[in-house]
Amino acid sequence: MFTQQLLNALTLGSVYALFALGFTLVFGVLAVINLSHGAVFMVGSYAALTLVTRLHLPLGIALPAAMALSGCLGMAIDVLILKPLRARNAPHLIPMIATIGVAIMLSSAAQGIFGAEILRFPEGTIPAGEFTLGEVHVRALELSIVGISFGLMAVLFLAIRRTQLGRALRAIAESPRSASLLGINVEGLFHATSFVAAALGGVAGVLIGLNFNAITPLMGQPILHKGIAVIILGGMGDIRGALLAGLFLGFAEVMSKAYLSSQMGDAVAFGLLFLILLVRPSGLFGRVLERKA
Amino acid sequence: MLTISGLGKHFGGLAVLEDVSFEVPAGGIFGLIGPNGAGKTTVFNLVTGLLKPTTGTVSFEGRSLAGLQPHQITRLGIARTFQNIRIFKEMTLLQNVMVGLHGALGYGPLALLLNQGSFRRAEAEARERALELLSWVKLQDRASMLADNLSYGDQRKLEFARALATGPRLLLLDEPVAGMNPAEKDALMEEIRNIAGRGFGVFLIEHDMRFVMGLCERIAVLNFGRVIAEGSPEEVRNDPGVIEAYLGREDGGAP
Amino acid sequence: MEWLANFWATYSTLVYSVGVFALMALSIWLTLACGLLSLANAAFMCIGAYVSALLSLHAGWPFGATLAAAGAAPALVALVIGMPTLRLSGVYLAMATLAFGEVVRIVVLNLEVTGGPEGLNGIPQSTTGWHILAILAVVVYGLLRLQRSRVGRAFEAIREDEVAASLMGINVARHKLFAFVLGAVIAGLAGGLNAHYTFFISPREYGFENAVDILTMVVLGGIGGLAGPMLGAAIITLLPELLRSLHEFRGIVNGLILVLVVLFLPKGIWDPRRLRALFGLGPGRDPGC
Repeated sequence: MFTQQLLNALTLGSVYALFALGFTLVFGVLAVINLSHGAVFMVGSYAALTLVTRLHLPLGIALPAAMALSGCLGMAIDVLILKPLRARNAPHLIPMIATIGVAIMLSSAAQGIFGAEILRFPEGTIPAGEFTLGEVHVRALELSIVGISFGLMAVLFLAIRRTQLGRALRAIAESPRSASLLGINVEGLFHATSFVAAALGGVAGVLIGLNFNAITPLMGQPILHKGIAVIILGGMGDIRGALLAGLFLGFAEVMSKAYLSSQMGDAVAFGLLFLILLVRPSGLFGRVLERKA
Repeated sequence: MLTISGLGKHFGGLAVLEDVSFEVPAGGIFGLIGPNGAGKTTVFNLVTGLLKPTTGTVSFEGRSLAGLQPHQITRLGIARTFQNIRIFKEMTLLQNVMVGLHGALGYGPLALLLNQGSFRRAEAEARERALELLSWVKLQDRASMLADNLSYGDQRKLEFARALATGPRLLLLDEPVAGMNPAEKDALMEEIRNIAGRGFGVFLIEHDMRFVMGLCERIAVLNFGRVIAEGSPEEVRNDPGVIEAYLGREDGGAP
Repeated sequence: MEWLANFWATYSTLVYSVGVFALMALSIWLTLACGLLSLANAAFMCIGAYVSALLSLHAGWPFGATLAAAGAAPALVALVIGMPTLRLSGVYLAMATLAFGEVVRIVVLNLEVTGGPEGLNGIPQSTTGWHILAILAVVVYGLLRLQRSRVGRAFEAIREDEVAASLMGINVARHKLFAFVLGAVIAGLAGGLNAHYTFFISPREYGFENAVDILTMVVLGGIGGLAGPMLGAAIITLLPELLRSLHEFRGIVNGLILVLVVLFLPKGIWDPRRLRALFGLGPGRDPGC
């Protein structure tokens, strides 16, 4: 029983981590709390669903396509909205408020186009294989979700640690001004970061849509709150912290649902979060990224 | 008036100030000079309570400032300006100065809510006082203008007036002539002399030597976080340590 | 006069809502006025609504007393959580208050006394238009007095530059706490009034979406004065009615307004200085001093 819950926790936690990774990346590099990240997540899952039902594409193609689409959406938000605000040097809360507007627009657009009811992937789309390992019941779907999440996160980690691009990103996170003095194309990297973050968010949306096989226009809202919890726990802007905190939150949620009431689990989670912010605003694992002028 | 003894400040493992001691006498103009990065502004931040010292103490008129919040230190009679001017840009000149009179306005909440005579009188007096302070720096004609629209030099003067509004006995000026042309510098030097002439103690930080030598009665020299000399401009100018550490350098007199 | 009676019968709830949301907008405006982005005000409204409704339903308190409690209860909570929370700056404060709002919502959702997800039913409909108008008038008057005093100037100074404000002898922490608690009182009153005309309250009305809606009102209206938030509240409350023909898509208009205002009208619709310039009245006398 416990091992079974552990597998569920790993599945959920890996998607939370994937979602929060994009969220924290944008905060770390652009210094913006992007509250449209949950809506992009929702758009990702609708995009995959539409590609599967309307164009009859297999999931293997629909998933990367939805990922690219979400990425483009994220980049568009950056170019059309966040860039002019940067140019104006708007106080840091202003972009956050703008992304709230984007989130409202996207979720009402989804509601207008697809309706408010729960949509599901047609039968046969989702990998149906399953096997039993000892007493644990493993679905192929769960394995793929964990595999895809960790695969993408590994690629991101390597890219940030090992490549020139990653070094440039870290320089920007430290100080955008000195980064641009070093000849780094800061604006271009802001756009690229927005693309990558939104693409990760979109994939997370597809994976959650598959896991619960339920897609609604408001599905971005609860995960946004989870994402906020994760990046606070992990330390805002801290990528490693987001991974650990995402897994931790998935674990806490699955276990509290299994052994406590589901709702009180959330209250405990947010209560803890509130306390952590008071005692250790830099998060459990991380340090505050202090931006030098 | 202001006694600094054994003051030290470490950031992480880095010692920015070490065992700094000197005394700013009451009245007159005292200068703290030193090359960029010597830790001058850190001294101001420690005196005004924006930073807590790692070691040592600061006392003002015999009273220790340890553990006091910045607003409490201001109310004891120390005011300051900033190297990178920090006026309230979206407020008018008059409002800027009236913010400085915050501590002097003693009306209670009831008088405020009911718009009683005591409230109106206090506000009217504050406005009078603010206009007077603006006239000291010759900005009274532009009292209802937004501070953001002032020229750089005038913003500096507004910051003086605002600092004076808090009713200080000691005024700390952080590189008051930074970024100004020679004519502006001379005008500002005159302004500072006037302020000192009205009985305010002035304690300023500067690295423009010409400016300090012509203005200050006493000078302390800071280098790499330590005081290396203290005395009259004459004594400091001829101190071999100072010459080596500071005056001898190419950028000694650069703004 | 008959049409007026008809109009009132149809739209009185809407007019009440405008009043209540104007109060909410003013409560957030107050915290924004000293540079705090607090998303806790919807939760304070929730506390006010539930406390007053429970006192009416179970303790049989008179309406006036329940309203007083609706203001006092969130104020106490604000005092307790404000002291540690307000040390956080900017984004961290927004996140902490958001987490606090979630805690309140989930607790209300799970307690027995609050009726859980079904909420509370059968609250006496004691609120009249006059009550709302009177409280709104008192709040506006109080805030106007505040704005034109040393406290209002201190708020503005703190919003512009906290460090410089503290060096003007302003006790920054105490002013922030004052704004936060007073905002909670106003939000609690709005909650009490709201509970006593809608007959029914549930935790769904006080979630993150509501916090965002109220924030939208203030951003749209502008924080330059008291008129802005109230104007914003009226627009956002009435907009869904005006856009009825757009059905599900009307949310898009809401979101679009938020984005466009942030991009093109950074000071909101009601910006006294810009309006004066627009009508050729010159810079004019500043009201704040």
